[in-house]
Amino acid sequence: MVDKSLELFDCGHRACGGCGPALAARLILKGAGADSIVVASTGCMEVFSTPYPETAWKVPWIHSLFENASAVASGIEASLKRQGRTEKVLCICGDGATFDIGMLCISGAFERGHDITYICYDNEAYMNTGVQRSGATPYDASTTTSPAGKESFGNKRPKKDMPQILAAHGAPYVATASVAYPNDLMQKVERAVETPGPCYLQIHAPCSTGWGFEGGKTMEIGKLAIQTGLWVNFEMVDGEIAKAKKVVRKPVDEYLMAQKRFRHLFKPARNEEEIAKIQAIADTNAEKYGIDIELKK
Amino acid sequence: MMEIMEGSHAVAEAVKRCRPEVVSAYPITPQTHIVERLAEFVADGEMESDYLTVDSEFSALSACVGASAAGSRVYSSTSSQGLILMAEVCFNASGMRLPIVMSIANRALGAPLSIWNDQQDSIAMRDSGWFQLYAEDVQELVDYHFLSYRVAEDHNILLPGFVCFDGFILSHTYEPVDIPDQETVDAYLPVFDPYQKLDANDPISMGMYATPDYYMEFRYELDRAMERAAGAIEDAGRAFGEHFGREYGSLVEAYRMDDADTALVAMGSICGTVKDAVDEMRDAGRKVGLLKLRSFRPFPQAEVARALDGVAAVAVLDKNISPGMAMKGAVGLEVRDALWKTGIDVYSYVIGLGGRDVRKKDIAAVADLAESGRGDMFYGLREELI
Repeated sequence: MVDKSLELFDCGHRACGGCGPALAARLILKGAGADSIVVASTGCMEVFSTPYPETAWKVPWIHSLFENASAVASGIEASLKRQGRTEKVLCICGDGATFDIGMLCISGAFERGHDITYICYDNEAYMNTGVQRSGATPYDASTTTSPAGKESFGNKRPKKDMPQILAAHGAPYVATASVAYPNDLMQKVERAVETPGPCYLQIHAPCSTGWGFEGGKTMEIGKLAIQTGLWVNFEMVDGEIAKAKKVVRKPVDEYLMAQKRFRHLFKPARNEEEIAKIQAIADTNAEKYGIDIELKK
Repeated sequence: MMEIMEGSHAVAEAVKRCRPEVVSAYPITPQTHIVERLAEFVADGEMESDYLTVDSEFSALSACVGASAAGSRVYSSTSSQGLILMAEVCFNASGMRLPIVMSIANRALGAPLSIWNDQQDSIAMRDSGWFQLYAEDVQELVDYHFLSYRVAEDHNILLPGFVCFDGFILSHTYEPVDIPDQETVDAYLPVFDPYQKLDANDPISMGMYATPDYYMEFRYELDRAMERAAGAIEDAGRAFGEHFGREYGSLVEAYRMDDADTALVAMGSICGTVKDAVDEMRDAGRKVGLLKLRSFRPFPQAEVARALDGVAAVAVLDKNISPGMAMKGAVGLEVRDALWKTGIDVYSYVIGLGGRDVRKKDIAAVADLAESGRGDMFYGLREELI
């Protein structure tokens, strides 16, 4: 059972107001418990939580490099095994560290079958370096390296499907979650750390600074992503989709209009063609994961 | 007991006796025979280690970082491209003061691709904060592993270290070697006692970021540890003599240096050839000697200056090239620095790159060049290809 009163990620860190990843860290540790060792990648969370000589982490924590958290975790897990120790090993890494630069190490660690839980806090761009696009950036989002312009509608590619990639590695448990649904998030973390073998959790973690919304609206934005079908909370057990959160879907406009990164789709004029493409992404998600609630007539 | 054994297999025997809890490695020529033999030891239950067959050298050393931070003695081995792929992790491991020991089967770097020996790989990692020992023969190679763990894990040092040895020349050569028994090794190398570790019962944060207010002092402490390592290597080398009967009490070894006018300076297996060449030159009446460097980092500056005091010319055999540097060879530069203001002429000779053979007559020719005041050059080029 998750002990919700557990506070292992301390206050006083340097995150922006309304930081989705900071909330994710706090919720992850409630789900994982005190008998955990955290491996971090270079990124926002590492920087805002551990400015020497201060740390926000009340569990053992290590950061080595940007791209090697899963390999470092492999070594920790092997060491604990030799020592007969029982701590859970968790990676908590950003989407750049996960989808892009850390791919090799993650693939290796999952193929080797280490008993680790890899958690990606997904804020959909390289926020620490100033909002550059990553393989997790959604279609048409304007970032500093995929800016909307006269010849561009923003990021040209859809988000990479990391959960499927890691499920294809034979991961026994793969799930997505959102900071906007804390109970679900904590329960999934608990399940992941208790499942033997390499498990993957991808957490939607809205970034007020990078996405362009007021810090007080993090939960609202997170919920809208789910309600529009642009983010789906699901679980995959042994490669099969076991469960997905059902919703009465709203049009994607509501999610897009609430964030500056999609503002170019509405100003100076509404871009029907591009918005339709994004709606199609949500529709495909809805069909793939079966999230639509049929309303009674 | 003396046995005839391939260099790589001798390394594996030594590593087994160091009892690493975690071994993490990725295959690369000419390091492979080490990691294959270790895998056999684990498969046969002769070695109680977790053996990680990782996806790359980058992951190999990253896993060592994790296992070391969690409190285990760890081991890896690589060569050439593999070491350069590890470069980012190398700097990180020393910055976190993790006492990892790694065997480096020295090999050239591409392009062009070459699997053959020179020392460009480890010398390129000069500033990574790892101590670097260079073995002349298989016996030194074996012994340096026990010594390196003892130095690395010393709470007054806490540095990672390379045991460097020339690829193929030592890795694939059979030599008579004394593999010490486990009890002797255990008496010399105590069980790993981590200075600090990741432990849920006593949480710490490792690898935090440092602002300009803090960063420099970390690098200063790293440099100080490397300075202390010189004395620690000497102490461990003397203690080695007490336990094993072979002593390594100095970072340098002087061979027929008494009354020498010309000194050759070298590291690694080439020293064997140089010793034979020196003998021949001595027989011919020439006052030539060899100064062998056991350690490139820490660089034994005072010992080098002392050992070379009074010679007229110094010829440094550099199995590396720093393109664009006037002196050309990285070791030469350090020797010249050690002899700064003494008026002794120091020359570098880039030699034996990419496995090109170095013969006794080449050593004599280099000594001739130094005595005639010509140096800081490649030696042994095929003029018809230029």
